[in-house]
Amino acid sequence: MIYKRTIGDWIFDTLNYIFMVFLMLITLYPFWNIFVSSISSPAAISAKGAMLVWPEGTNLDSYVLVFKNPMILTGYRNTLFLVVVGTSINMLMTVFGAYALSRKWLMGRKYMMLLITITMFFGGGLIPSYLLVRKLGLYDTLWAVILPGAVSSWNIIMMRTYFLGIPDSLEESALIDGANDFQILFKITIPVSVPIMAVMVLFYAVGHWNAWFGASIYIRNQDLFPLQLVLRRILLTGAKLHEFDLGYLGGADRQMIFKGLKYATVVVATVPILMVYPFIQKYFVKGIMIGSLKG
Amino acid sequence: MDQSSAENQTLHTASTISYKKKFTFKEFKKGLYKGKYVYLMFLPVFVYYVIFCYLPMYGIVIAFQDFRPGMDFFENAKWVGFMHFRNFLSSPIALKVIKNTIMLNLWELAFGFPAPIILALLLNEIRVSWFKRTVQTISYLPHFVALVVIIGIVKDVVSTEGLINTLRLYIHQWMGNDPSTFKPIVFLNQPQYFRPIYVFSGIWQGVGWGSILYIANLASIDPTLYEAAEIDGAGRFRKMFNITIPGIMPTITIMLIFAIGGLLSSGFEKLILLYQPLTYEVADTIGTYMYRVGLEEAKYSLSAAVSLFSTVINFGLLVGVNKLAAKVSENSLW
Repeated sequence: MIYKRTIGDWIFDTLNYIFMVFLMLITLYPFWNIFVSSISSPAAISAKGAMLVWPEGTNLDSYVLVFKNPMILTGYRNTLFLVVVGTSINMLMTVFGAYALSRKWLMGRKYMMLLITITMFFGGGLIPSYLLVRKLGLYDTLWAVILPGAVSSWNIIMMRTYFLGIPDSLEESALIDGANDFQILFKITIPVSVPIMAVMVLFYAVGHWNAWFGASIYIRNQDLFPLQLVLRRILLTGAKLHEFDLGYLGGADRQMIFKGLKYATVVVATVPILMVYPFIQKYFVKGIMIGSLKG
Repeated sequence: MDQSSAENQTLHTASTISYKKKFTFKEFKKGLYKGKYVYLMFLPVFVYYVIFCYLPMYGIVIAFQDFRPGMDFFENAKWVGFMHFRNFLSSPIALKVIKNTIMLNLWELAFGFPAPIILALLLNEIRVSWFKRTVQTISYLPHFVALVVIIGIVKDVVSTEGLINTLRLYIHQWMGNDPSTFKPIVFLNQPQYFRPIYVFSGIWQGVGWGSILYIANLASIDPTLYEAAEIDGAGRFRKMFNITIPGIMPTITIMLIFAIGGLLSSGFEKLILLYQPLTYEVADTIGTYMYRVGLEEAKYSLSAAVSLFSTVINFGLLVGVNKLAAKVSENSLW
């Protein structure tokens, strides 16, 4: 199409591009400022503050302090446990649920579907769930964070939709060869569903990495705190400076040391997400598309 | 039962009527045998839903009981009927939290709702595809960052030495004032700034991610419509208003139904990280009140009653808005 740009178009385009650049800047700047501050000297943080756009007086003391703090290390350990065990359980449940619901010949399939969809509209709410977790004896264990969210109805339905799109002939030929449903699931259905599997693993894993609320109401024992709860203490609910082993740094401007420390903690807790982000981003978008196709 | 009616179940569960042949015990046994492994797979899923979704639903009965800390769950506490509902609704705090919930959601509706639509429309006008992709990739990023970190960033940006106060200081100096007369604002302590901070930080975090839905929708508009419009000499604004926006209108309507239906719903995870007693007068909503009463004051029955009250109202609101939408346009949820 040959299309002549008018002056109006030209102005619009220019403003549009400027706006997009501005959007990118304000999205990235806070993260950048935190990163730069975390590797700058307390003096630079104090002098430039929010305007620190380039590292000054480079120093990694904050990171040394962060990694010397036992809470951060146990936080990392607990979060890794939640991510690995939690995501494994999530995936197993999602795949089993989706496989069952995508068997068109299965007796009672409709009622099974109903069982799941009802929960997308109604739930017991905070207090009954909380009392149930206590009653089950899960309180103050990491299972209290994993089990109540063992599977997501949305994800079962999303994966079921994907499974329904797999040609029947693939699975039928295996059936004729005498394979049972477990063999079909693991040898045929899952291998041909790698994209959606990747999406789901990432959905669940990022969810576990970032989650804090469940742990905040179910976990009292500090040795079981996931990283996000440790982070909340340091960033938001004022952990005290003496919880860190300051050593020789004690004499300098403590306020600014603490600030640098906060920033370093944020970096340590966020970098794993940022490192996988470029790879996961396109899968996530794909996942949302698959989800929105159905409705 | 054909394929398509099964597909529709996701949204039409309640209203699906299926045809059923007379079905004998022998057939039932056969069906059970044929699906034995599949039922085995479904068993853990079934157990999960019964325990973690349906038992808590049953647990809502405590809203009608006088359940006290130390009692056993499912123990029959004293039945008090609607006492907790009456107590909640007749207390002055009910009016406050209901008003705050609605106000916060109206702010969301006014600013948070259109933002991703506008972003999607503007991105749609960008023809350089690598630039468009870069903007998208960057704009999704904050969605994946933990809420605790996001709130940490927000608190940092609005703090007395934060970005906003620093910019205010620059403006102050640029206008020729003496820097020593500058007074930083403690934004998070002042109720009048709470809603803007809450809503705009939400936009900052979610606008890119929220736009995906609309961008996908824009991509599905028939390109021949644009070609035909160009032949007729339509400029880009004409096309935007006569093709693009009508093209995504059904999606906008559905999202609007959800948004209006959620006017009294109240997420509390972000609020409890961001608010503090000084800002309770605007920040305390149904959700945060339910959380505080339930988990901090251990008034379990009252909290469950507040929660049930808001669930019922929300569901009614959603049904009502949907009915209205079905009447005035062809777009509705069911």
